[in-house]
Amino acid sequence: MTRLTLPVALRLLAIGGVLLVLSAVFAIAAGWLPPHRLRAATIVDALEAHDGRHPGFRRAHAKGLCIEGSFSSNGNGALLSKAGIFAKSDSPVIGRFSTGGGQPYAADGRLAFRSLALSLTQADGEQWRMALDDTPIFPVATPQAFVDFQRATTPDPKTGKPDPALVDTYMAEHPETRAFVRWQQDTPLSTSFANETFYSINAFRFIDDTGKTWMVRWSFEPETPFEAIDKATLGARPANFLFDDVIARLTRNPLRWHLIVTIAEPGDPTDDATTVWPANRNRVDVGTLAIDRALTEENGDCRSITFDPLILPSGIAPSDDPLLPARSGAYASSLARRDGEHGKPSALADDPEARRARP
Amino acid sequence: MTSPATRFPLAFRLLHWLMAICILAMLFIGVGMVSTVSEMRTWLIDLHKPLGILILCLAAIRLCIRLAYPAPALPADLPIPQRMAAHLSHLLLYVLMFALPIIGWAMLSAGGYPVQLFGTFVLPPIAPIDGPLFTFLRQAHTVLAMTLFAIILAHLGAALFHAWVRRDGVWQAMTLGHGQRRLPTSSTGYAP
Ligand code: HEM
Ligand code: HEM
Repeated sequence: MTRLTLPVALRLLAIGGVLLVLSAVFAIAAGWLPPHRLRAATIVDALEAHDGRHPGFRRAHAKGLCIEGSFSSNGNGALLSKAGIFAKSDSPVIGRFSTGGGQPYAADGRLAFRSLALSLTQADGEQWRMALDDTPIFPVATPQAFVDFQRATTPDPKTGKPDPALVDTYMAEHPETRAFVRWQQDTPLSTSFANETFYSINAFRFIDDTGKTWMVRWSFEPETPFEAIDKATLGARPANFLFDDVIARLTRNPLRWHLIVTIAEPGDPTDDATTVWPANRNRVDVGTLAIDRALTEENGDCRSITFDPLILPSGIAPSDDPLLPARSGAYASSLARRDGEHGKPSALADDPEARRARP
Repeated sequence: MTSPATRFPLAFRLLHWLMAICILAMLFIGVGMVSTVSEMRTWLIDLHKPLGILILCLAAIRLCIRLAYPAPALPADLPIPQRMAAHLSHLLLYVLMFALPIIGWAMLSAGGYPVQLFGTFVLPPIAPIDGPLFTFLRQAHTVLAMTLFAIILAHLGAALFHAWVRRDGVWQAMTLGHGQRRLPTSSTGYAP
C-alpha cells in the first residue's frame, strides 16, 4: 500500500485539481455557468407556456395536414445554385399545410400564419426542407425577441388574456413587431391555402457551379387566382374551413405554385426577417410545385419529421439571419418532445371532409 | 529492457491519445451546440457529425488491435476492487465509444433527418423513421454522453493515480515517449 505522506497528499490534490478543472471547463462549454445563453429548450418552453402543452403536437403550427406532390424544375435555377433540385427534372415532395399557434384544435377563422412546409428530395437523395409563412416578413428579428414576444403575449391564467401592460412594454421596445401587426391587419387575406403566397422570409445563400454566392429569398406564388376573404366575418367561419377547403380542392385537381427566387442586391439586409427588399429586385421563376394529395397527420408522413429550414442540399446554405440556427434548434427540441408523447389524433382526423381524403 | 507485454503497441497508443482528444472534443462540442441557438450551433453540428463518424471508424480499428495483441497485465499487487473497476471501466469505455456515434446516426435516421456530412456526403439511414424511437435515442444520446464524461473523469483520475502516486508503470504502458515501466519493486510490481 502507498502510505499517505505529504508529497502523496499533494499529488492526490493535484489529481483532484485536474479533474475539477476539466469538469469546470465542461460546465462552461455546456452553458451551465453564467453568462446565460438562450437555449432551444427555453424557446420551446416559452411556446408551451403561451399555448399550453398538447402532447404529440408541434409546439408551433400545431394544426396541420400532410400533403404530397412533386416539384418540376424548369432549369432556370441552375444558373443560381448547383443544387440538384434545379436541374431540369421532377422531384418528389412531401409537406404540410398548417396554421400558426400551438393549439391543435384552434379554429381557422383567425388572424394567424397560414403555412406551407415542404421536403423536396433530389435524385441523389439530398433533401431541401423549408417551412414557409403567408407573410413576407416576420414579427421579430432575433431569437431573444421571439422569446420576449411569446412571454409578453402569454395569456394571464386569471383573465385568459395577455397582460396589456406587458404587451405595451414589449411593443414600445419592438417597433418591428408593431409594423408586422399593422401589416397583417392592413393586407388583404386570401380565402384559401390554394390562392395564398408562401414566403421563405429568411434569406439564404445560393451557390452556383462557379462558386459564386447569390443572396436570395423565395416564395411560392399560386396559380389559383387570389381572392380576398372578408376579415370581418372571419370568426364566423366553420372551425376547419381552410383545411376542408383545400382537401376538397385536392380531391378534384392538383394545386400549383411557382417557385420564385428573389435576388438581393448589395446592401440589402440578409440578417433581418422583419424587413422586405425593394420591390424591383430580380425575380426568377425556377419551377412548379404541384400538390396532388392530402392526408391527415395520422395517415401521412409529415408528423414524425420536422421541416427544419437548415436541412439543405449542397448549393443552398444559410444566410447570416440569426433566426435560422434558432429555428433549427427549436424544431429539433419540439420534435424530440412531441415524438415521444402519445398524442391524440389531430383536429382534422374527426372531420368528415378530412376523412374523405383518407386513402 | 522492456519486455513486449509491458506497453501497448505503438499504433494502439497513438490511437488511444488521438481518440482521447477526439472524444473529449466531441463531448464539449455536443454540450456546446445544444447550449446555444447562435450560429455557433450550426457549425458545431457540422463538426459533430463527421467527427463522430470518424470516432466510430477509429474505434473499430482500435478494437481489432486490442483483440489481436494482449494488453499489458496490471500490477500484481493492485487490489481486487481496483482491478475490477479498471476492467469494468475499460469495457464501458469501449461500449460507449461505439454506442454514442451509432446512436447519433440512428437517432437522426429515426427523426427523418438526412445524415449529411460536409454538406454533400449523405450516409444511409440505419433506423426507420419512427417518432418514439427518435425521442428515446435522443435522450439516450444525452444520458450516455454524460455517462461517458463521468467514466472519462474516473479513468483519467485513476491513470494519474498510477502515474503520480503508485508510480507502477501503468501510465507508461500507454504513453508515447520512451518511458519504460519501472522495474518491479517489492511494493509495486506487475505480473510478468
Ligand atoms: C426564431 C424564430 C422561430 C422559432 C423559434 C420557431 C419555432 C417553431 C417551432 C418550435 C415549430 C414546430 C416544429 C416541429 O415541431 O416540427 C415551428 C413550426 C413552423 N414554423 Fe417556425 N419558428 C420560427 C420562425 C419561423 C419563420 C421565420 C417561419 C417562416 C418562414 C416559420 C414557419 C414555420 C412553419 C411553417 C412551421 C410548421 C412546419 C410544419 O408544418 O411542420 N417559423 N416553428
Ligand atoms: C463519440 C461520439 C459522440 C459523442 C461523444 C457525442 C456527444 C454528444 C453530446 C454530449 C451531445 C449533447 C447532448 C445534450 O446535451 O443533450 C450530443 C448531441 C447530439 N449529437 Fe452527438 N455525440 C457523438 C456522436 C454523434 C454522431 C455520430 C452523430 C450523428 C451522426 C451525433 C449527432 C448529435 C446530434 C444531432 C445531437 C443533438 C443536437 C440537437 O439536439 O439539436 N452525435 N452529442
